[in-house]
Amino acid sequence: MNKILVIAEHANGVLNSSTARAVACAAAIGGEITVAVLTTGSCDVAAQAAGLEGVVSVAELTNPGNAQALAALQAPQLLEISAGYTHVLAPNSTFGKDLMPRLAALLDRPMVTDIMAVQDARTFDRPVYAGNAITTVQVDDDGLVLATVRGASWPPVVQTQAPVTVECQTSDIDLPAHTRFVALDGEQGDRPDLQAAEKVISGGRGLGAAEHFALVEAVADKLGAAVGASRAAVDSGWVPNDLQVGQTGKIIAPDLYIAAGISGAIQHLAGIKDAGTIVAINKDPDAPIFEVADIGLVADLHEVLPALTEML
Amino acid sequence: MKVLVGVKRVVDFNTRIQVKSDGSGVQTDGVKFSMNPFDEIAVEEAIRLKEAGLATEVIAVSIGGDKNQDTLRSALAMGADSALLVKTDDEIQPLMAAKILKNLVEQQQPKLVLLGKQAIDDDANQTPQMLAGLLGWPQATFASKLEIDGDTAAVTREVDAGLETLSVDLPAVVSSDLRLNEPRYIKLPDIMKAKRKPLEVIDLADLNIAASASIATLKTSAPPQRQAGIKVESSEALVAELKARNLV
Repeated sequence: MNKILVIAEHANGVLNSSTARAVACAAAIGGEITVAVLTTGSCDVAAQAAGLEGVVSVAELTNPGNAQALAALQAPQLLEISAGYTHVLAPNSTFGKDLMPRLAALLDRPMVTDIMAVQDARTFDRPVYAGNAITTVQVDDDGLVLATVRGASWPPVVQTQAPVTVECQTSDIDLPAHTRFVALDGEQGDRPDLQAAEKVISGGRGLGAAEHFALVEAVADKLGAAVGASRAAVDSGWVPNDLQVGQTGKIIAPDLYIAAGISGAIQHLAGIKDAGTIVAINKDPDAPIFEVADIGLVADLHEVLPALTEML
Repeated sequence: MKVLVGVKRVVDFNTRIQVKSDGSGVQTDGVKFSMNPFDEIAVEEAIRLKEAGLATEVIAVSIGGDKNQDTLRSALAMGADSALLVKTDDEIQPLMAAKILKNLVEQQQPKLVLLGKQAIDDDANQTPQMLAGLLGWPQATFASKLEIDGDTAAVTREVDAGLETLSVDLPAVVSSDLRLNEPRYIKLPDIMKAKRKPLEVIDLADLNIAASASIATLKTSAPPQRQAGIKVESSEALVAELKARNLV
């Protein structure tokens, strides 16, 4: 039987939904699922992981070095516990992308990036060329399978079951001192997280100026939606980089995605392919975004967005 | 401070990717190849460090066939001092690439390795982290800002939650994200000058690196395409449509 270790992503005492998405992928592989939670000692996050559907155990590794998720400090701790598993999975977020290859190198194992679909326990589909091709790849020996999981392809498992036992163990290995956290500069708004939100509205070059982003935000607040942006809007300095949706930004799969003033460059489309319904608002009828939009409105967003705010 | 920078030759980012009908891969015949854009950013950063007097020497390295010499010449034209090609016609996956780079690091003893965060062909995003792991060095991935101060570097990283700043001891591996810099255009005299810069070719077999476990690609397919849906004529019609579909 497969024994699958899923590495939890969390911050500020809250389990990131990317973890529940990775657990969904683990369930598709099939086997006994353990979630590894690396903390400084507080058990809140481990308790959240213990309630995820399909999880049979939670291994909490405590170490003072886990105050922030630093790959150089976490990979050696995971190396200690990886033996005995058939699979180790992590979300394909910046957290998992940073950590997993380092762990793979310590284990002298290859790694699969960005699992979209599971064919069998060692065979997976993953995107290449910015999602313009899909490869089916196989870990074709009998060694440990290491992989990151594409969040947008896996709806999160729910928090339903009675929590399973959390096994706490203190990691007393010496961790390197060569990597130190200095600061995190992030937007701490009231809006939902871009990668977890069911609804997202993004603004692009068509907004014309930073102050017009307020039009997008007004609709977002009416809908309870997260706010995103195209690369053009980020590069213009209108919004911070963590709002960027697309191949080089965030890849998302909300139920509803509204693109306002976004032409639909291939890089942007790569980030929204898995969205449920795509709505495009753009005054250029030839914008490529309309080729993928489920509902298109050719109009000036400076009129449409205030009208939507009014009517929704 | 010596800086080693890795460059990969990939299908040009402007190419429209065509999946071969037999599922064996993507069409590369008659397709333009260029330096991986993230690697171009890494080369630019290394050269800027040299221009700022922080780096003494920039060595560009690549792994692959003879055509990779063109990619290395581009790095030399941008301003790298010398180039090294590890020649092989085999497919090199990230773990093997990291082992080759580790071997070169041990020979060249750089204080900083700059690599693109991912190649735009396989989108693996693994080699820099694997190299750092193999070397036991610090890693600062997805860098949007790099400041060298003596034996440490302050690196700002583009992470999902925003911008994270790390302080790492050198030597270290840094992987470049899109906003680290804007690479310069190569001018004709630079191309001429690059022709006279040293480019050494080493056969991969001569490095005596044991083969690693690898991942087999069984097939390549085209992604499912989304189809255009309906057009509505007004904001009112849009709201009505969203309500009809229970989306708002």
